[in-house]
Amino acid sequence: MAFGNVVALKNISLEVGADETVGLIGDNGAGKSTLIKIVTGVLKPTGGRLYIRDRLVDPERYSVRRAHDLRIEAVHQEKSLADKQPLWRNLFVGRQITNRLGFIDVKRQKEVANRLLLEQIGFRGAGIDADSTVGDLSGGERQGIAIGRAMYFDADLIILDEPTVALALKEVQKVLDFVRRIKDSGRACIYIEHNLAHVHELADRLVILDRGEVVSVLGRGDLSLAELTRHLIDLQSAREGTRAT
Amino acid sequence: MTRRRPAVRIEGLPIIGVLLVLIAVFMIAAPQVFLGYRIYMSFLATVPPQLILALGLTLVIASGEIDLSFPSVIAFSGFLFAWAFKTYELTWLALLLALAGGALIGWVNGVLVAVIGMPSIIATLATQFFWGGITTVLTGGLSYAIRTIDDFAIHDVLVGRIGVVPVQALWATAVAVGLWFVLNRHRFGEHLLFIGDNVSVARMVGVNVGREKIKLFTLMGVLGAFAAVLLTAENKNFFNTQGSGFLLTVMAAVFIGGTSIFGGKATIVGSYVGAYIIGMIEAGLVATGMQGFWVRAVVGLVFLAAVVFHLTMEDSTRMRALLNFRFGRPAPKLRE
Repeated sequence: MAFGNVVALKNISLEVGADETVGLIGDNGAGKSTLIKIVTGVLKPTGGRLYIRDRLVDPERYSVRRAHDLRIEAVHQEKSLADKQPLWRNLFVGRQITNRLGFIDVKRQKEVANRLLLEQIGFRGAGIDADSTVGDLSGGERQGIAIGRAMYFDADLIILDEPTVALALKEVQKVLDFVRRIKDSGRACIYIEHNLAHVHELADRLVILDRGEVVSVLGRGDLSLAELTRHLIDLQSAREGTRAT
Repeated sequence: MTRRRPAVRIEGLPIIGVLLVLIAVFMIAAPQVFLGYRIYMSFLATVPPQLILALGLTLVIASGEIDLSFPSVIAFSGFLFAWAFKTYELTWLALLLALAGGALIGWVNGVLVAVIGMPSIIATLATQFFWGGITTVLTGGLSYAIRTIDDFAIHDVLVGRIGVVPVQALWATAVAVGLWFVLNRHRFGEHLLFIGDNVSVARMVGVNVGREKIKLFTLMGVLGAFAAVLLTAENKNFFNTQGSGFLLTVMAAVFIGGTSIFGGKATIVGSYVGAYIIGMIEAGLVATGMQGFWVRAVVGLVFLAAVVFHLTMEDSTRMRALLNFRFGRPAPKLRE
C-alpha cells in the first residue's frame, strides 16, 4: 500500500482464524491503522490480495458497505460514533432500516436500539436509551456501544482500533469486558492496542508491525509481558541504530 | 448517572415564540399596518424565494459546508426562465431550463468540493462571481420584462392567488415539508448530518461522502433555480441584479432558526420561521418609521445575535468565556 511515493505497507501477510483474537502492535506510523482501513474497506490497496473466508476479494469493488456485507466490522478510536446524533441513528447509520424510497423506519430503529442497549450492551438503569445523544456519554460507554453495534450486526470479524485510548481506568475496564465478550462469543478479532498489558492478556496471537512490515509473530505464552516489552524496545533500538548508521 | 431530557421536544419552538413576540411588538408599534391582513399576504408573496433558499442552505450547513453561489443562481436561472419565455414563449420548458441551469451550477459546486477537495466557501464564492458575471454578459446588463406571463397557466400555478393567499407560499411550505422528511427521516438527510457532525465517522460507517456532497450541492442549485423562477414570475420581470441582496437575509434566516454553524445539527422548522422573521423585520422596521437604510444593519445585528445566542446555548463555556473576557488574557479552549 502506497500513498504517492510513501510506501505505508509492504510484504504484509496477516491471517486471522475464525475464532481467534489477533493483537496488532507497533509504534506510531508502523502501518496498523492503514492495514485495518484496507481490511474494513475505507482505503483501497495499491497492491496485494485480500482473502475473506478463503475467497479472493476484488479490491475495486471492496468498500465499507461490502465489508459489512461480509460481516467485518470496525471500532475506531473516537471515530465510530457521531457526537451530536442520537444512538438510534448512530447504531444504524449506513445500514438504516428503510422503505423502498430510502425513508427510515424510526420507530423500528428505536425499538431495536433500545433492545440492543439493554440486552446486548447491558446498559440497565444508566439513563441511556435510543434517544440519548452520543456527546452525553462517557468514553467507555461510547466504545461499548460501538462494540455492541458490531456484535448486533453479527460480525464474524471485529476490528478494534485502540478502543481504550484516552479513557479513564474505570472506563478501560468496561471496554476490556466488551473485548472479552467478543472472544467468548467465538468471533474473530483484530485488536490494535498501545497498552501492552491489555493486548498481551487478551490476544491469542501477537503480530508486531514496524515501518509497514510484519517483524514478529508470537503465540500466546511465547513471551511474558516483561519479555514482550523488552522485545519491542530492542526492535526500536535496532531501528534507531539502522537510522544512525 | 441518570440523564434527564425534556419529555416532549417540539422542533423550532423557541423561534416560533420569537416570531409571535415580534408580530405582537409590530402590532403595537405599527398597528395600522400589522393589524390588517395585507401585510401578511405581502410576506407570503415576497418571502418564499428566500425561504426556499434558506431551506436548501439548511441542508448544506447541516453537512458542514456552505454555498455562497445561490445569489448567482437566482440571477442565472431567472435569466434562463425569462429569456426562454420572452424569446420562444416557453413556459414549462422554461421552468425546466431554469432548473437544469441551477442543477448545473450546483453540480459544478459539488464536483469542486467533493472531487477536487476545494473548501466550499472558496469554491462557491468563485462560482458566485463566475455565474453572476456570465449572466451579466448574456443579458448585456439588461432587464427582461415578462408582463404577459400572467396570461399563461404557469403563472397561476406558481405565483397565482388562492383567494388572497399567494400560491408561492404553498409551494415553499411544500418544499419545507419535503425537506423536513429528507433531513429527518431519509437516509440522504442522515448521511448529511453525519458528514457535518464528523466526516471521519461518516466515512468509517460507509457513507459515500463525495457522492452525497455532489447530490447536496446539485439539490441546492435546483432549489435556487426554483426560487429564481418564483421570484421572476412574481415580479413579471427579470432583473440582472436579482438575488444579490439575498446572501445576508438567507443566511440570517438559517442561523436564527437554530441550525448549528458547525454542522451536524439543523432545523427545517427553524429556517422556515427564520425566513419569515427576517422578512417581517425588513418590512416592520420601515412600517414603524425607521429609515430603510437601517434594515441591513439591523438584520446583520439580529443575525450576529442569533449565532451568539445559539453558540452559548450549545456550550455554556462560551458564555463564561464571553463574560470573563479581558484583553491580554488567553482565551479558553472551546468545544467545536
